[in-house]
Amino acid sequence: MISELFTTTVLIGILASGIRLATPYLYAAIGEAFGQKSGVLNLGVEGQMLLGCFAAFYVALTTGNLWLGLLAAMIVGALMGLAMAFVTVNLHAQQGISGIGFYLFGLGMSDLLFQKLLGTVETVKGFPKIYFPGLSDIPGIGEIFFSQNILVYGAYLLVPLAWFVLNKTTLGLKIRAVGENPDAADSLGVSVARVRYFTIVLGGTLSGIAGASLSIALLNVFQQNMTSGLGFIAVALVYFGAWKPVGVLAGALLFSMVNSLQLWIQVLGIPVPSDIAVMMPYILTILVLVATVSRVRAPSALTKPFERED
Amino acid sequence: MTESNLLPSGKPRIESLEMRGITKRFPGVLASDHVDFDVKSGEVHALLGENGAGKSTLMKILYGLYHPDEGQILLNGKPVTISSPNDSINLGISMIHQHFMLVPTLTVAENVALGLPSSRGALTDLDRVSNRILELAKIYGLKIDPDVYVWQLSVGQQQRVEIIKALYRGAALLILDEPTAVLTPQEVDELFVIMRQMTRDGHALIFISHKLHEVVEISNRITVLRDGRKIGTRPTSETTKQDLANWMVGREVGFATDRGKTDLGEVRLQLDGVQCGSDRGTPGLRGVSLEVRSGEILGIAGVSGNGQRELAETITGLRKITGGRVRLEGQNVTNFPPGELTARMLSYIPEERMRDGVIREFTVAENMILREHHKQPYSHNGLLNLRGIASHADTLIKEFRVKTPSRDTLAKNLSGGNIQKVVLAREISREPRVILAAQPTRGLDIGATEYVRGQLLEQRRKGAAIVLISEDLDEILALSDKIAVLYEGQVMDIVPRENATPQMLGLLMAGVHPEEGAVAVK
Repeated sequence: MISELFTTTVLIGILASGIRLATPYLYAAIGEAFGQKSGVLNLGVEGQMLLGCFAAFYVALTTGNLWLGLLAAMIVGALMGLAMAFVTVNLHAQQGISGIGFYLFGLGMSDLLFQKLLGTVETVKGFPKIYFPGLSDIPGIGEIFFSQNILVYGAYLLVPLAWFVLNKTTLGLKIRAVGENPDAADSLGVSVARVRYFTIVLGGTLSGIAGASLSIALLNVFQQNMTSGLGFIAVALVYFGAWKPVGVLAGALLFSMVNSLQLWIQVLGIPVPSDIAVMMPYILTILVLVATVSRVRAPSALTKPFERED
Repeated sequence: MTESNLLPSGKPRIESLEMRGITKRFPGVLASDHVDFDVKSGEVHALLGENGAGKSTLMKILYGLYHPDEGQILLNGKPVTISSPNDSINLGISMIHQHFMLVPTLTVAENVALGLPSSRGALTDLDRVSNRILELAKIYGLKIDPDVYVWQLSVGQQQRVEIIKALYRGAALLILDEPTAVLTPQEVDELFVIMRQMTRDGHALIFISHKLHEVVEISNRITVLRDGRKIGTRPTSETTKQDLANWMVGREVGFATDRGKTDLGEVRLQLDGVQCGSDRGTPGLRGVSLEVRSGEILGIAGVSGNGQRELAETITGLRKITGGRVRLEGQNVTNFPPGELTARMLSYIPEERMRDGVIREFTVAENMILREHHKQPYSHNGLLNLRGIASHADTLIKEFRVKTPSRDTLAKNLSGGNIQKVVLAREISREPRVILAAQPTRGLDIGATEYVRGQLLEQRRKGAAIVLISEDLDEILALSDKIAVLYEGQVMDIVPRENATPQMLGLLMAGVHPEEGAVAVK
């Protein structure tokens, strides 16, 4: 039965869905990386994703416009980010705890809205696959890389873009400085608060897109708690990726490939208990984090609220 | 001096800056009481005073971090308002903070560019910044590589980055807040060379310090502050160190410490071929043998990083000994846990007083019972006796002259000197048999230094055996009965105080035996 996994069709299937499934990880983890680079740990990613997920689905369903759905998810994510920024930057809240609060809020709120506004599981027609003449027809390669939807490509484009912003722009310099030594940045007239507001709101927006990618591009449904821990894995991926966009990409691909594998195992009916198959990505999270712990130093000011002395 | 009123960096000079009648009140404290201060282009004006005398307050007002309640600031004769560091930077005033404001994970160029507009808009222009840094470095004779990461630099080099950062921003007036506190003597010399160059070029410098010999060496004029008031301003050539010290402290200060004679008693602490590792995994101590008797101070001299930290940690049980033996009052205590050594009346005044000496978030009273908290009268049957703790604290605060608003003040809110007094009070008041004091006066002002040294001598008179680890040779010579020199984890030699000279100790510290003139075998 295991040998069924190794047919060309199945392998291509695993790789293609692996590439696709990395999408929400990438948006959420890149967004989270910006926050952490500036010294803010946002554990509310999961909640932001859930609300983004619902907003995108609901708006797309009622208006029939996927782009409006995406925009709604971005706005909802940004608003969640704004609230998180206010609580952590202005009120100096403990970041881990407030993040969990936002997660619970997103979880409950998305469920409540679902019950009140929809009630039953419905489906939308999500973003279609993009057809590249020629490229998409290449056997194997075409299916894996050139038959995905717009949000998948967007996620991969985000990686070099994030690297560029962090390393080549004055904004990126400010973000890195604020996450390492906010006092120094402050003494040079860089507004620590503004930089952190920016990264947290950006992170929220990207989390919103991550949620939308699930509900209107990959799965095209909305269910209660449909992110099922994906947002938390995204946080872990930032550590795994050593706060570098490329590292985050590697981590996202690793997880999505494992996820894709376990899905195919179930589809093919290979006799591995499904509970164990489903657990695989989560067990991998723990193993990978244990293995990578202390390999790279986190931004020095991570989780530390900034307050000017005196 | 050039006739131009431009600095070599191309920025205009500040011909004069004057602060008039500056008054700043904090709740309960008059931090600055109608202070006048001025500085001119081409001079170093030293601001001298004890901790808490109001030096920092005055400078933070000038830099825009505080707003004065009264008084005005005149720049080149015209009144100016400085309400934020941005204002002061725009006026050409920069400050080198005591704790460097650098981001270690960024390069020198990135640190300099941070917060400045870029010639390429949203993109960084680090090449341009690097070139300008090299230009400035050449003009001012600073050696600096713009592309290395700040964490790779020594403390002295990091300070140069701070100076470049200020020059890059067009600083004409530079406030140097205790710039020598973290430097080695050689680095201090290098800093002074840079400072002289800058004044020759027309910069105005304000030098904050409480180290008299440095102030006398580098400044043109000296202003002394005490308790928020200005005591006076004088040309450096018309003052002596003794005058300045008396002005600062407000009474006669004794420079020469009279050690007096004590009777040596039994051996209290004995190390026999002690070996241990270091944090880097290399050997820390390589067979150290020492002994200290009751009523004796053993000074441990050496250049930083030659095993001092490891020695302190092995004696106090904080680091595992891999070879050799430690005896306390004749009993083998090798690798005993710190609590056991505490119970045998070993006291420890740690080098990093903020990190290892006190719990920053605890009150003064709580910090004072850290060692004895499980004993009467501080606790009974596991319950704290708050009354006992309070009266103990009040007694010690009085006895050790700790300046604190109350016993319930958090340790982190005290000045360095007063934190050291809290540590000293806790460690000494229990009448220890052996005291290990590591860098006990580092960073303290004259008054506090004098006090700490006096207390150590008092303990010696009372019969304690004291190990004094210090990188300050003057301190070692002033207090010790005998001196051991550590070099690369080994004792180069142990000499009686009478036979020791700074030159000889200096050679030993460099790993050279004076009589042999040969480099020690590793």
